[in-house]
Amino acid sequence: MRTPPLRSAVLAAAVLAAAALAACAPQDEPTVAATSAAPSACTPDKLATLAAGKLTIGTDDPVYPPWFADNKPESGQGFESAVAYAIAAKLGYAKDQVVWTRVTFNNAIAPGKKTYDFDVNEFSITEDRKKAVDFSSPYYDVTQTVITVKGSKIAGAKSLADLKGAKLGAQVGTTSYRAITEVIKPTAQPAVFNNNDDAKKQLQNGTVDGIVVDLPTAFYITSAELDNGIIVGQVAQPAGTPEQFGLVLDKGSALTGCVSQAVDALRADGTLAAIEKQWLAGVAGAPTLS
Amino acid sequence: MTATTPAYEVSALQRERLAYRRRQTITSIVIAAASTAVLGVLAVVAITGAPGWDRVRETFLNAEVARESLPEILRGLWLNVQLLFFCAIGALLLGLGVAVLRTLRPAVFFPLRALATSYTYLFRGMPLLIVLYLLTFGVPGLRLQGTPPLLVLGGIALVITYGAYLAEVFRAGIESVHPSQRAAARSLGLTYRQTMRHVVLPQAVRRVAPPLLNDLVALQKDVGLISLAGPIDAIRVAQIQTAETYNYTPYVVAGVLFVLMAIPLIAVTDWVTLRAARRQSAEGSA
Repeated sequence: MRTPPLRSAVLAAAVLAAAALAACAPQDEPTVAATSAAPSACTPDKLATLAAGKLTIGTDDPVYPPWFADNKPESGQGFESAVAYAIAAKLGYAKDQVVWTRVTFNNAIAPGKKTYDFDVNEFSITEDRKKAVDFSSPYYDVTQTVITVKGSKIAGAKSLADLKGAKLGAQVGTTSYRAITEVIKPTAQPAVFNNNDDAKKQLQNGTVDGIVVDLPTAFYITSAELDNGIIVGQVAQPAGTPEQFGLVLDKGSALTGCVSQAVDALRADGTLAAIEKQWLAGVAGAPTLS
Repeated sequence: MTATTPAYEVSALQRERLAYRRRQTITSIVIAAASTAVLGVLAVVAITGAPGWDRVRETFLNAEVARESLPEILRGLWLNVQLLFFCAIGALLLGLGVAVLRTLRPAVFFPLRALATSYTYLFRGMPLLIVLYLLTFGVPGLRLQGTPPLLVLGGIALVITYGAYLAEVFRAGIESVHPSQRAAARSLGLTYRQTMRHVVLPQAVRRVAPPLLNDLVALQKDVGLISLAGPIDAIRVAQIQTAETYNYTPYVVAGVLFVLMAIPLIAVTDWVTLRAARRQSAEGSA
């Protein structure tokens, strides 16, 4: 029988719920300052980083050469690790003030609170993506490259037309996949893999004829990771705008202006070119397929 | 004593009871409605009032993105549907076969029983993802002549994993049939095979129909894991589209489509459960 105790329980629950609501009443996120930071404001004591006096940099786990070495972003070895430390130095952070945090691709771009000040992980800048996150100025111009192994049916391909009948693969969520669907447009449906390791494995297995990766990765995979790996050639940009990597920041982040300035300064003083030469050397010479 | 019974009249006490019950029913309906309304309002206020609500709505519930992503996701869903169809049939057959093997009594069948038992132990414990990896990455690596395509290999991984679950469900059903049923069937002169075919299995399958269908609903969601080997299913399409725009709406679209696809199967499960309950106990009409 339903007796008053139940009713009072319901009432109590309602009161409790109302109290809970009051407790978690909408609060504004910490006020986001305008991004028009003056150059002088770009110093550790002025920057609104996650942890005061520290720069928290996010990247995926694992990360791969030549972008990082030995899955250790904190080593300063590898192109992106070196760029990250160069930016930190430009902003006035010493090496021991840089904190690395691991963020998977999906978490890095999710709308929730970010756990990093900026994230560096070969993020290509696109207009669509800019609606969800901030990008810094680009720090690397990238081209997509088809690789395969000796004996594959596309090993001798000289043009995009030679790739029409090929079964190609790429990592999910990459512009490499778009290079297949928008530039090469093969007749067979492309295969999509969780990561480049899986793609590489299926290339070795022969279930795909070739895989598409960015050029530095292509050099690394074919020279260090694949037996008999060969570069078939580079693929032209899908759209008119060149593909470039940028650092990802929270949408409307107070740091975007400063980080972009740092990247621009590093490009202007030749630091970026020097880092590129050190870590991505020898990445010229792959023919462009047309 | 009179010969005719007087017309039945509800006693004052009973009328009071009925009125009381009616009042109670109305009260409980009102309370239920009010608490639902309170909870609903609280949920809406809490979610839409959250500081990040606009961004979440833009990222997860963008109508334009949903419209654009739908055709591709439907194309991916077709792969899920086809896989579900073939894998469900395969897993049901395999499960039934293994369950029958596990219930064979004669000592001479011990090796078969042991094999069937270890199979169910192994594949109920082994994560599906790992079975998929082994079959779709390992087997092609052997480079054997006539290796089936990846879709078939992935399908086999699903069938042997879900076959193990279904085998246990079937076995539970077979063992729930009272031994007297077998004894009666054998005493009528039916062979073991006939007893299974005409007496045991029909009862067993009917009893375990709800859990069987439940496992099939689970299978329906898991067929998409085959995308790990390269094929593009509905969830993979959503993932690709999310990566292109950093907008999560395609996932929501795929999720809704999966629920729509599951509803018929779930409804059938409920209906079968209800019917079985009614048949087994006359009072189970609630």
